[in-house]
Amino acid sequence: MTATASIGLSDLRSFLHGLPGVDKVGVEARAAALGTRSVKTSSKAKAIDLAIRMVDLTTLEGADTPGKVRALCAKGRRPDPADPSCPPVAAICVYPAMAPVAAAALAGSGVHLASVATAFPSGQAPLDVKLADTRSAVAAGADEIDMVISRGAFLAGDYGRVFEEIVAVKEACGSAHLKVILETGELATYDNVRRASWLAMLAGADFIKTSTGKVSVNATLPITLVMLEAVRDFRDRHGRQIGVKPAGGIKNTKDAIKYLVLINETVGDDWLSPDWFRFGASSLLNDLLMQRTKLTTGHYAGPDYFTLD
Amino acid sequence: MFEYAPAPESRSVVDIASSYGLFIDGSFSSSKEGGTFKTVNPATAEVLAEVAAAGHEDVDRAVAAARHAFGSWSALPGSERAKYLFRIARIIQERSRELAVLESLDNGKPIKESRDVDLPLVAAHFFYYAGWADKLAYAGFGPDPRPLGVAGQVIPWNFPLLMLAWKIAPALATGNTVVLKPAETTPLSALFFADVCRQAELPPGVVNIVTGAGDTGAYLVQHPDVDKVAFTGSTEVGREIARSVAGTGKRLTLELGGKAANIVFDDAPIDQAVDGIVNGIFFNQGHVCCAGSRLLVQESIAEELLFSLKRRMSTLRVGDPLDKNTDVGAINSAAQLARITELSEIGASEGAERWSPACELPDRGFWFAPTIFTGVTQAHRIAREEIFGPVLSVLTFRTPAEAVEKANNTPYGLSAGIWTEKGSRILAISSKLRAGVIWANTFNKFDPTSPFGGYKESGYGREGGRHGLEAYLA
Repeated sequence: MTATASIGLSDLRSFLHGLPGVDKVGVEARAAALGTRSVKTSSKAKAIDLAIRMVDLTTLEGADTPGKVRALCAKGRRPDPADPSCPPVAAICVYPAMAPVAAAALAGSGVHLASVATAFPSGQAPLDVKLADTRSAVAAGADEIDMVISRGAFLAGDYGRVFEEIVAVKEACGSAHLKVILETGELATYDNVRRASWLAMLAGADFIKTSTGKVSVNATLPITLVMLEAVRDFRDRHGRQIGVKPAGGIKNTKDAIKYLVLINETVGDDWLSPDWFRFGASSLLNDLLMQRTKLTTGHYAGPDYFTLD
Repeated sequence: MFEYAPAPESRSVVDIASSYGLFIDGSFSSSKEGGTFKTVNPATAEVLAEVAAAGHEDVDRAVAAARHAFGSWSALPGSERAKYLFRIARIIQERSRELAVLESLDNGKPIKESRDVDLPLVAAHFFYYAGWADKLAYAGFGPDPRPLGVAGQVIPWNFPLLMLAWKIAPALATGNTVVLKPAETTPLSALFFADVCRQAELPPGVVNIVTGAGDTGAYLVQHPDVDKVAFTGSTEVGREIARSVAGTGKRLTLELGGKAANIVFDDAPIDQAVDGIVNGIFFNQGHVCCAGSRLLVQESIAEELLFSLKRRMSTLRVGDPLDKNTDVGAINSAAQLARITELSEIGASEGAERWSPACELPDRGFWFAPTIFTGVTQAHRIAREEIFGPVLSVLTFRTPAEAVEKANNTPYGLSAGIWTEKGSRILAISSKLRAGVIWANTFNKFDPTSPFGGYKESGYGREGGRHGLEAYLA
């Protein structure tokens, strides 16, 4: 909480509005240019394995069942049953109600358990409900909490409320890591994305995450670029490293590699690790596996050669 | 931990002949005087081809062919000339991969720039001026503007094909015929273009390409049967041309050197400003007449900005121009490398602080690491002279008035850049800057519809846009 002390809640607004602006045309051009970097052969093989290790394999459906969650956990531990050299994913991400099931299924695997608490995905619940949601997920074994901010409060300029909610949830997390979902698709401008990123970091987030995956605009390269610039500048100023998690809509290897290039050229090696970067995705993993097999065998296998969910 | 694999574009997509003749009156012929010179790949110093050096007799032939073709070409209805220009534009699009590779081989620029910037703009210029060919009466130069006659055009080596397009497209659209001399170090794409003209069945003599060194160009611009001279290149040569053309009645446009100020205010979008600074000076290895070679940064953010700039420069990938991952390619020639090296040494000896990121340069060919000089003042030579290479001079200012004063305190005036989130400041500052093109929150953006040209020693006349037609119309 040293950051809080150094800024001061009353100065929060002027601090956030004093951050350098983001030029839309420029940031989109930069993201597009980095998207053309060529990653092939041996560097592609490394990139694919790294991307697999960064996946937060996710199921966030109303229709989730314990059986489905157990299947997902099995897949996360061993994504390619045919190839033991394939690394496990970073985490399994589920609703709090499914956390006990996932915790049991992941025990001893080293795969983290992430749970979306705090009235996901809308964030529209009283704070005590959000805190109870968080505590129950942690008690059930989640070691990573994905919380959503109240976009309504943020857009209304009530930064203090958003800040205090994050501080309170962080405290409720105990030793669990806190990923703060900014829902960038609802923040409307890149300036807001940068401000929300700083707000979350100052309030104690361990990770900042783009989206819930439940709105029309989810993770994009330019938005992730702005967030990477924010964590880079935050570390320069406060000495604390924060992770980044784009989520929603990242479906194939080609896209995932573009994100890795973005990290490589914006924040560098320090963030090229599952400790500091995650993909929130459900369908990305199978494409990574398919491309991985293609590189080792020289042939594309059909979708039936990889497990469902 | 995470490296890119080399992704070189194949050079086999383009055929390069071992020798080339002059393109006069629709066919290739050798030089009457028999002279030749070699053009090399600056990235490896390997010889790409031998090219004919046009002597006086050859230039006479080319001008005569253009004069002969002028009669029927200028008599064509504009809509007919437009058909040829549209055809050329489409052929350029169809063959753009070949042309991009050829341009990168001969010039040393990264393939991503020749492929994604140069070639699309080349085609766009032909399309744009094709559209004007039958609308000249509505361009604002009178109800019946007439072509001038034979245009003698001399172009530089930094954007060989793009400069060709800037010169040839408006000349042909307005009914003039052309004798063009490409730069000595980069003749290949112009010779390829000669083949495009044949493929488009352009009437013989409408476009003639004479290759050679400075004296070929000098003879061309002084030729008594040339009606219009267009030159892009150094201020020094431009001055000589102006002298030689003075009093002859020839029309003249000059697009010369620059020392553009890229002004960053304290409220600028910092990350995008850093990208814009990089794009402004390291695009095309800084071989850009409108390059943002003088960074003027507000003192209050100078330290923070320079820190970000150095970090960003450390990610630039210098190397094989044909590799798609390359950001900065080769210096065009040994002579240019020597000039950049000399001016950089002068910068250091004048007391400016020199910095380059750690980067390995290839052993063969002509290379210069991206470089910045901080602590530069207006009195330093590196703040006054055009270096035409990947070298940025950084100066600071405290007030908007001081920024304007410093930006204008140069013999040149081709371009400038302004970085601020404040729209009113963009308008206020840009109206005070004496430069032909001013970019706001971006840099080095080109478009065929936008006129381009200089103030002061950066030349006179405008190319591009409706204004670009004027130089070719009586």
